[in-house]
Amino acid sequence: MTTVARRKTPKSGTGSAGPGAVRRPGRAEVTRSPGEPRRLGWLYVLPALLVYGGFLLWPLVRGAQFSLYDWDGLGTAEWAGLSNYTGIWTDPALRGAFGHLLILVVFYAVLPCCIAFVLVAVMSRTKIRGLVFFRTVLFLPQVVAMVAVAVAWQWVYSADGPVNTVLGWLHDLGLPDWRRGWLGDFTFALPAVGLVGTWVGIGLALVLFLAGVQKIPRELYEAARIDGAGPVREFFAVTLPGLRRELAVALTLTTIMAIRNFDLIYMATAGGPGNSTKVPAYEVYNRTFNTGEVGLGCAIGITLAVLAFAATAGIGRLVEGKGA
Amino acid sequence: MSTRGERLVNHAVLAVFAVIAVFPMIGIVTQALRLPGLDFSTFGTAWREGHFATYLRNSVIVTSITVVVSATLSIMAGYALGTMRFRGATAVFLLFLAGLTIPTETIVVPLYFDLRSMGLDNTYAGLILPQVAMSVAFGTFWMRAYFRSVPRSLLEAARIDGASSWTTLWRVLVPIGRPAILTMLLLTTMWTWNEFLLPLVIINSDEALRTAPLGLSFFQGSHKTDYPLLMAGALIIAAPVVIVYVFLQRQFIAGMLSGAIKE
Repeated sequence: MTTVARRKTPKSGTGSAGPGAVRRPGRAEVTRSPGEPRRLGWLYVLPALLVYGGFLLWPLVRGAQFSLYDWDGLGTAEWAGLSNYTGIWTDPALRGAFGHLLILVVFYAVLPCCIAFVLVAVMSRTKIRGLVFFRTVLFLPQVVAMVAVAVAWQWVYSADGPVNTVLGWLHDLGLPDWRRGWLGDFTFALPAVGLVGTWVGIGLALVLFLAGVQKIPRELYEAARIDGAGPVREFFAVTLPGLRRELAVALTLTTIMAIRNFDLIYMATAGGPGNSTKVPAYEVYNRTFNTGEVGLGCAIGITLAVLAFAATAGIGRLVEGKGA
Repeated sequence: MSTRGERLVNHAVLAVFAVIAVFPMIGIVTQALRLPGLDFSTFGTAWREGHFATYLRNSVIVTSITVVVSATLSIMAGYALGTMRFRGATAVFLLFLAGLTIPTETIVVPLYFDLRSMGLDNTYAGLILPQVAMSVAFGTFWMRAYFRSVPRSLLEAARIDGASSWTTLWRVLVPIGRPAILTMLLLTTMWTWNEFLLPLVIINSDEALRTAPLGLSFFQGSHKTDYPLLMAGALIIAAPVVIVYVFLQRQFIAGMLSGAIKE
C-alpha cells in the first residue's frame, strides 16, 4: 500500500540519524565529494535555520523566560521563580484543565484506537473494493479546518440539532427525555467535545490499521488456525502484535491532537459552561489575554510542549517495546 | 477464501463509518445551500456579511507566500543535511527534529509580545514568518529523507558533467523529487490555511487582514445560532483545502501519517 511504502522512506532516515552506529560501514560513501568546500553545507542550511531559530526556537526560549516571571503584559515583570509551574498544580481551575486533558486523551486517542481495532478484527482480511474511496472519506475529518468542524458540531449538538431530534423520537417511543443543550451542560459538555475528537480520530486509526493488516503475512494466520486458535485468540496472537507500529503511530497523532485542541474549545465552548471544558491549550490564551497572567500562560505553554514531546517519544517506545 | 458474507460485513462496516465521517459535512452543505432546493441566497448573504472575499484573499496571500518560502528553504536545508557532510550537521538536524513537536500554543504568547515590539503584529509578515518557521521544521525533515534516498551515483554523474551543487539540486534532484515535494507543499498549504490560533493573536485589531478561519470565528460571534448562515461560512473556508484533498488524497494521507516519525 502506498501509504505505508511512503511512510517508510523518512522512517529509515530517522533511524540512522542517531549516533549513526548502524550505518557506519556505509559512511565513507556519504562523505562530501572531492572539491566540495566544507562550509558549503552551512550555506544551504543557514536561511532555513535563521527563520526557524528566530521565529520558533527564540520564542520557545522567550516563553521559558516569561514563565519565570509574574507579568500582566503591561507593567513591570517580577521574578517569580518556579511559582507559575507550582501554580499549575495548586490552582484548582488549572489542575482541572489538565484533568480534562487526560479525559480528552481517552476520547481522542484511546477510544478511536479501540473502536478501530474492533472493526479491523470483525473485518476479514480480504481485498476491499473501493478502498481508495473509503480511505478518502474516512480521512476527510483530518483536513477540514477545525474551526469549520466546530461550527458543524455545534449544530449537531444544538437544541434543534440531529442529536436532540433522534432523542426526541426515542422519547416519543416511551424513553425518558434526554434532550438538552449538550455543549452548555456542565456534565455533558466535556464528553460532547471529546466525541468530536473521537470522530476525527476513528478514520485515521482505521485507515492505518487496515493498511497494517494487509501487511501481516498470511502464514501467521494459517499457523494460528492449525494451532486451533479461534477468532479471539487469533486477534490477540497475530493481529494485535502485527499492528504495533500502526498503533503507536495512531496513538501518537491522536494524543498530540488532544493536547493541541485550542481551536475546537475556543469556537465551541470557550471553556464553559463554568470551567467544565477548560483545557491547557485554551488556558494559555485565556490566562495571557483575558486575566493578564502572562507568566502563567507561558508556563502552561511550556508544560504542553513537554507533554507533546513526552507523548511522541514515549508512546512509540511503550507500544512497540524495546525489542520490536 | 473470502465468502460473500465476509465481504458484505467489511463493506457494511466501512460504509457505516464513512457515513459517520461525512455526516457533519453533509449537514454543512445541505444547510448552506438549502438542499435539495439549491438556493444560494444564504451562501450569498454569508459571503457578503462575513467579508469572506477579503478573508479568502488574505488566506491565499499568506498561504502561498508561506508555502513557497518554506518549501525553498526546506529543499535547500534538506539537500545539505541529506547529501553533504559538514561539522554540526547532525546537531542541526536534531534541532529541526525537535521543532516538529512544539505546539503553536507554546510559542504564540512570546511571539505576540516580541512581534508587537517589532511592529509586526497586524501585518502579513507577522503571520508568514512564524508559519514559515513551523513549516520549515517538517519540510527540512521531509526533504532530507528524500535526498538521502537519492542514489549516490546520480549526484556523482551530475558532478562529472560539471554541474555545481546548486545546479545539481535545482536541475537534477528537484525535478525527479516532485512527488515528495508535492506532498510537502500540500501539507504546508493545509496547515497554513487552517491555522487559527496564530492569526487570532497576531491580527488583533486590523480587520482587513483577517484570514479565513479567523473570519469565521468573528462571523460566528455575530450570528450565534443562525446555523444555515454559519454553515455557509464554514463551507466557504473549508472548501478550498477539501477540494484539493479530494484530488490528491494519496499524497495527503501519506504525508500526514508520516507525521508520526517524530521520535
